[in-house]
Parts: sequence; C-alpha cells; structure tokens
Amino acid sequence: MSNELAAVAYLVAAVLFILGLKRLGSPATARNGNRLASIGMLVAVVVALVDQGILDYVWVAVGLVVGAAIGAILARRVEMTGMPELVAVFNGLGGGASALVAASSFLGGDPDGVVTLLTLSLSVLIGGVTFTGSLVAYGKLAGRIPGRPVNFPGQVVFDGLLGMVAIGSVAWFTATGDDIGLWVLAGVALVLGLTRVLPIGGGDMPVVIAFLNSLSGIAASMAGFALESAVLIIAGALVGASGLILTMIMVKAMNRTLIGVLAGGFGDGDGGGSGPIGDKPVRQGTAEDLGVVLAYAQSVVVVPGYGLAVAQAQHALRDLANELADRGVDVRYAIHPVAGRMPGHMNVLLAEADVPYDQLYDLEDINPDLPRTDVALVVGANDVVNPAAREDASSPIYGMPILDVDYATTTIVIKRSLSPGFAGIDNPLFYEDGTYMFFADAKAALEDLSREVKEA
Amino acid sequence: MTLVISLTVFVLAAFVGLEVITKVPPTLHTPLMSGSNAISGITIVGAIAAAGSGSGTTATVLGVVALVFATVNVVGGFMVTDRMLEMFKKDRS
Repeated sequence: MSNELAAVAYLVAAVLFILGLKRLGSPATARNGNRLASIGMLVAVVVALVDQGILDYVWVAVGLVVGAAIGAILARRVEMTGMPELVAVFNGLGGGASALVAASSFLGGDPDGVVTLLTLSLSVLIGGVTFTGSLVAYGKLAGRIPGRPVNFPGQVVFDGLLGMVAIGSVAWFTATGDDIGLWVLAGVALVLGLTRVLPIGGGDMPVVIAFLNSLSGIAASMAGFALESAVLIIAGALVGASGLILTMIMVKAMNRTLIGVLAGGFGDGDGGGSGPIGDKPVRQGTAEDLGVVLAYAQSVVVVPGYGLAVAQAQHALRDLANELADRGVDVRYAIHPVAGRMPGHMNVLLAEADVPYDQLYDLEDINPDLPRTDVALVVGANDVVNPAAREDASSPIYGMPILDVDYATTTIVIKRSLSPGFAGIDNPLFYEDGTYMFFADAKAALEDLSREVKEA
Repeated sequence: MTLVISLTVFVLAAFVGLEVITKVPPTLHTPLMSGSNAISGITIVGAIAAAGSGSGTTATVLGVVALVFATVNVVGGFMVTDRMLEMFKKDRS
C-alpha cells in the first residue's frame, strides 16, 4: 500500500472517530456512533497490518488474539456497578500501551531529532503515570487498597524530587538520545503514578479516572507526534479533550478544584462516617402512609443515589415507578452528576433496570420543576440533596450544586439510618416539616411502597 | 511531518473534540468515557508496527506487550460501550 493511500485510509478512520463521538450526543444515535468509531478502528488496524514494514506477523497475531480475548471477556463479564473499575483498567492499559510503543519504537529504530525524542519521552512519562495511576484508582474503587488517602512522611518533598527528576530526564534524553535517560524516565513515571494517586481519597476517584482518561489520550497523541502519525495525534487529542471536559464537570459537581483533588487528602472514601448527629426530632413515615402519599400525588421526582445500587434496588424502584405510572402519576428521575461512581454511572444503572432514558433529568433541567412537584422520593442519596450546600456558608459543601428536593411539597427519604453521608455532614433536610424519613433497606422499602401503592 | 503540521493537527483535533463532546448529555457520560477510551487505543496502530518490525528482541517484546494492552483497550472498550448503549431505551408509551 502506498504511503498516500495509507494516509487517506487513516484519515477515514479519524473522520469515523469524530462522527462516532458526534453521534454519542444523543441516546437514539449513540449505539450507532460507537459502531462507527469501532469501524474506524478496524480500518486503522487493517491499514497498519498491510502497511509496509511488518516483517514478522506471528507476534502481531499473538498480540491481537490474546488482547482481543481478554478484552472481550472483561467486557462481557463486568457488572454495571463495576464499570468505574473497568474503565480505570482500560485507561491504564491505553496509557501503558502508548508508553511501550514509544519505548519500543526508540529501541527498534534509533530515531533522532529533538521533536521526536521530546515527544517520545513525554509519551513514556504520561503513559507511565497513567498506567500505575489507573491501577491504584482501580484498587481503590474495587476496595483492594484502602480508599482513604494514603500518605507517608515527606511525600510532598518526595513527589517534588520525582517531578524534577522526570523533567531532568526528559531534557537529558531529548538532548542526548541516550537509552538510560529513557529507562530512568520510565521508572520515575511508574513511581509517580503510584505516589500521586495513593493520597487521593476514594470519593474523588470519579475525577481521577476522568483525568486519567484525558491523560491516556494525551499519551497516544505524543506517541503520534513521535511516530509522525496523524491518526494517533487526532484520536489522542479527541480523547484528551473528552477526558478534560468530563474532569471539569465532575470537579464542578463536587464543589472542588482539580488542583485540590489532585493534591489529595480529602475524604475517607469509605462512605458512612460517624460525625456527631443532632438529637433534633425527625418525622418518620410508615410504608402504609407513604404509599398513600405517593399514590395520590400528581407528580413524583425520584432522586437515586449510589445507596440504591449498593442495595441492588434499581429494579424495585422501577417496579414502584411502573405502579405509580399505571395510576397516572407523572414519574421522573433527577440525576445528580455525582450520583454514581463515575460520570453518568447512575444513568447506566437505571438503564439496566429498564428505566427509559427520557425519564432521566439532569440537575439543571429538574431543579426549576421541583417547587411544583408533589413528592420528591430520595433513595440512598444524602449530600446531593443537602440544603446546607445552598444556605449554610459555614458548611464544607457550601456552593456544591444540589437537587432542591426540599422545595417539593413533600419529601420522602429512604435511608438505613440517620448517619451522615460521605462528606460526614448532617443534613437539615431530614428535620424539615415536609420531610418523612423511612428508615429501611432501600430494596425492602421500595417493595413495601409498591405494595401499598397497589392497595391504595 | 514537520512539528508545525503535527501541532496544527493536534490543536485543531482538540478543538473538534471540545466542540463535539460538550454536546454529549450527562446521561451518556459513562458510555462516552468507555467509548473514547477505546478510541485512545489507537496506539494499536503503533503497537502493530512495533511488534512486527523485527528490530531487536527488547523492542519486539515491548511491542507485543503494547499490542496486547492496546487490543484489550480497543476490543473491550467498544464491546462494553455497546453493551451499555443497548440498554438505553426510550419509553414505549
């Protein structure tokens, strides 16, 4: 295949990536978009296979078959609740692959030129950090390593020194093209990924995986600069941009800054802290009372939190919503950006439970409607409905965007106990006049409510 | 390719990415992340060349490992994204 023809085919692949991402803009076309992007990838792989320069197809075949088998098994077996872990692993592999490609092409081809050496070393650095950083993120999400921030004495100094060694070896390798610079850089990058993500609390992992997603794209782009491959540069830049947007959305929804998250040390990541709870009275409702309240409402907005998924109660929620819809109640779902464990996670969990996507509303779209809503039903969520974020300037979550469920006529909160949420902050919503607390396991509570609604 | 051309391509692609992805609704952010993740497996192109170039044992070993990583990323990423998007359905009513 001539160089020109290969370049045109790669361009086709890049265009398919962009069209695919564009079609991901609507649930109706998204599946088709993902297919377009995968066709683009197939085109790129075929061109790479028939392109000149490949002498030994045996190892190429082995790599493709082994990788495809592992990827297919992982993709089929993963539970939807485990999606953040899987994405973390894939991010890491993508970053690792870019670093390895850069290292391999240097060792195999002895390239020179300042630009090539600089971008090769950046690919190794960013890809290496992404690789080990993602493995730590995976460990924290899967509960294999402690979710709390892990620190050691002198960490800031240590990381500072590592950072300087990294910059130094990039400079030295770029200037001399010496192997040793590359190995030092690879080692530093791998250690830096570990020591930078370990101090970040488990609760901040949604930001971290979005950011690592961005880095995996940048690493691919840098490899593209070094290999002079436009398709790598384009695809990497697209992913870098996408990851960055998701990172900033999550940071904003969590009322944090990117620097603040990456500096680490926030949150224990283990959920239910044990802060002191006021002994103010709360109003409790029984399933019977609350079933009637729901059954005779005109409009109900459900606010699911991750507690819903922990209790495996998505289907029970869907059944309750069906029961209500059959009575003519308008049921909608309000999804806070941090409702799940990664951006958009709750939407996937509800889709899995056959909740139609056109009933899912984002924070900005549902908040104006909440004052006109009869019942807000909060299931397994806490901080994202805490009015203190709106009203109490002394609260640690002050300024965080919340769902204004306290503006609804009646609010029902299904929760195991009064324990504070992830941020360890008491929630004034629980003590308000319009609020009924229903202390129970989410799944059992929703099943009870369905039964009562049916009988009402 | 000169550096200037590479940079031009990079910057323009980043802007296209920002434009296109800003329009993706929050409902689809998880499939967006797993799908774009699969796209970042484009390194597979470089990995194929690295694994098959036959230029030294170390270079080949690194290339094969890179190829396995990138292929897991690509195949797993697109498959799991499809699995998720298949579940997104509109209300029948």
